[in-house]
Amino acid sequence: MTTLNRRDALALGAGTFLAALLAGRGISAAAASDTLTIAFNVNLPSFDPTVGSNATNPATQAIYRTVFDHFIDQGPDLAFKPGLLTEWGWNEDKTKVWMTVREGVTWHDGTPLTAEDIVWSLERAAKQETGNPIQFIWSTAGNYKIDGNKITGDVLRYEPTYFMWMAYLTGYVLPKAHYEKVGAEGFEKKPIGTGPYMVDAYEGNSFLRLKANPNYFGGKPPFETVVFKFVPDATSRVAEIESGSSDVTLDIPYEEFDRLKSVQGLAGIATPITDIGMIFITNVDVMLDKNVRLAAHHAIDKKAIVDRLLRGYGVPIDTLEAPNYTAYDPSVVVGYDPEKAKELLAASGYSTDKPAKFTIQTTRGLKPKDYEMIQAIVGMWRKVGIEADIEVYEIAKHFELRAAHQLAPAAFYNWGNAIIDPTTSTGFAMFGPSPHSAWKTEDLDKLIGPLWGEKDEEKRIAGWKAVSKYIAENGYVIPLLQYVQPIVFKSQLKVAPNQSGALQPVHIEKA
Amino acid sequence: MFLARLTKRVGIAATTLFGVGVIVFVLLRVAPGDPIAMMIAPGATPADIAALRAHYGLDESIPVQFALWLKGILAGDFGTSISIRRDVLDLLAERLPATLELATAALLVAILIGGGVAIVGTMLRRTRGESVVDAANGLLLAIPDFVWALALVLVLGVFYPVLPLSGRVNPQSADDFATRFYLVESIVTLRFDKFLEVASHLVMPTLALALPLAAVITRVLKQALAETMVQDYVLLARLKGMSELRLILQEALRNAVGPTLALTGVQFTFLIGGTVIVERIFSYPGVGNMAIDAVINRDLPLIQGLVLAFGLMFIVINILVDLAVVALNPRLRHG
Repeated sequence: MTTLNRRDALALGAGTFLAALLAGRGISAAAASDTLTIAFNVNLPSFDPTVGSNATNPATQAIYRTVFDHFIDQGPDLAFKPGLLTEWGWNEDKTKVWMTVREGVTWHDGTPLTAEDIVWSLERAAKQETGNPIQFIWSTAGNYKIDGNKITGDVLRYEPTYFMWMAYLTGYVLPKAHYEKVGAEGFEKKPIGTGPYMVDAYEGNSFLRLKANPNYFGGKPPFETVVFKFVPDATSRVAEIESGSSDVTLDIPYEEFDRLKSVQGLAGIATPITDIGMIFITNVDVMLDKNVRLAAHHAIDKKAIVDRLLRGYGVPIDTLEAPNYTAYDPSVVVGYDPEKAKELLAASGYSTDKPAKFTIQTTRGLKPKDYEMIQAIVGMWRKVGIEADIEVYEIAKHFELRAAHQLAPAAFYNWGNAIIDPTTSTGFAMFGPSPHSAWKTEDLDKLIGPLWGEKDEEKRIAGWKAVSKYIAENGYVIPLLQYVQPIVFKSQLKVAPNQSGALQPVHIEKA
Repeated sequence: MFLARLTKRVGIAATTLFGVGVIVFVLLRVAPGDPIAMMIAPGATPADIAALRAHYGLDESIPVQFALWLKGILAGDFGTSISIRRDVLDLLAERLPATLELATAALLVAILIGGGVAIVGTMLRRTRGESVVDAANGLLLAIPDFVWALALVLVLGVFYPVLPLSGRVNPQSADDFATRFYLVESIVTLRFDKFLEVASHLVMPTLALALPLAAVITRVLKQALAETMVQDYVLLARLKGMSELRLILQEALRNAVGPTLALTGVQFTFLIGGTVIVERIFSYPGVGNMAIDAVINRDLPLIQGLVLAFGLMFIVINILVDLAVVALNPRLRHG
């Protein structure tokens, strides 16, 4: 008979504990076949997609679009298509809006979606006191009237992008009866939408578990359960996918993307999205000299930056309209020409011996290789006669300085525009009265001003193209590149990339 | 005597917390990064921006804002988070248990490893083994917690994927707990499977936090033991034929542990600070992880609440350590 002494018992206990601990690994390992686990790049702090700073974060839209529905849907190719509204438009003279509400849609609690929900959501969004950051768009229409599933409303100020915003930031339909019953805090605890997945469990900064909505009007979703793991650290996201703990991840360093997509069992796609990188020029100091501005632009070899720093993952751009935007004009080209840059600087009395001097601000680590890109650009500038000091700041500081028109003469930033309209790119970034513009001069404002309310769509887009050309000719901003989003996933899956950058579970299915 | 000492410490703690509150409140408002600037809509007019500022109570002067905040705190209202849109006190109550379990586990592991290595090092003193222990300990001391975290992710998460990489529990079973103290609850309710699940998620973040502290404990305790081991009473015990291990455990350790305990208390506060990065790397839902988002979003009410919570934790820990040191040292106990 074997007897155990105290030491043996302790060793046995410890061994059993460790074995059980490691065996427990099987429980947390990812992906039963009906579960999709996404190692997501940001946390979801709040469920209400219509208020607060989080509502305008493009990254969280993937989750919001999964639980809620937009008034109007937008496909991965950015085409607008019926959502909770099946039809929409203006009347002939654009003094009225009209919409048709989809019938047979139910909320996650089983109650039917009604036209009242649509109107309540629109009216709530238009009220300043609710804190909707896109209130300035929603307040351009009002006095809505309901007739069955038809809604009409008055145009209070013509806004060409009114219906486009219905597919983007804060353009979500919320449940009137439920929200009024539980209030804002109650809604955070029990969010209800009409989307393809329903909230099942949530642990802030850790994960969100969703279950399929069997009554979804778009058909049963491909997975029974979807788990968004909030993994903001890129190294940890790489580990999640490489270890098999997650099925999909995104926005990892391009070096890791190239490595992982060749790992057996994994696949990768890289798609140009609607985010761009740019350098704001502020109309101060040496930047008041057109020659310096244009020289600064001509001196940058954007292709080299994309090829060498971003491993080819990026699309060089010369205007704030990326190739998949509505007002993109490929004929507007600035071009890399260091000799021309030197000539322009010489005309203003600058050379490598007597350089034009200014500060350039940049984030570090916010976007892929942001600081390294600016370092490379400063090196290119030095060769033609521009000496720039780099100042690193946090993104919050950028917002504060930009709102106060106190950015440095040059400042790196990234801009998103998933509705691909020129108002939300060139418009807000370059129009003087906008709190988000850095270049504020009358000549440009006179060109942009009349375009805001232009009712002739063809004329409006042509006008924005002319604005882009004028900006390029005068060097009022330095567009750098269109970003490419890397997604890595298990090869048993099929992922349809979304040009808006929103990685939605409904676009992922079993291969 | 004891009560008077405790009352005095509580009074000092309250004053310290008030000072922390003032400093944090003022610093947040003069530091770069306006929370309102991050929320301004593209088409916002100056009037819209002013309305937004008033909506979040940031249109008043700093003294008025502080007075309102202080009044709220005294009434148990820490304000509402700007980014999460929930009561700050509720959020703290929700997240603190996770951090407390992690920090406590890390402390226990650090004491076990640090204490164990110190004892082994003492037993091996004046041999080659001691040099090996010292070198290994120096290495542990030199590597910060976040590097340990990344190394553990690589080794135990990727190369030998035996442990979960993120979170506190498996997302599939997250709603199986009635309280936020998952580890404690699983022990109290005798649910061994749940205990293992929570423990497996704790291993890597705990080790990342514990290893640097363990190295500190080893260094201090080993030094203290070395000094104690040459005391007359220890020599006498050795002459009586006690083994080296019994000498350390029964004679030397009690006297050597005092300075180690005091230092461990101080280092433990640093360990709690370290949870900020470690929780981020492991997507662990504690107050540290939440603090990073709060800072990124310039969520002033939440940052203020978090700093007060951290301040309170530091103070409580220091009081507990002081009391423990007094309890262990009869000379201090009797004035």
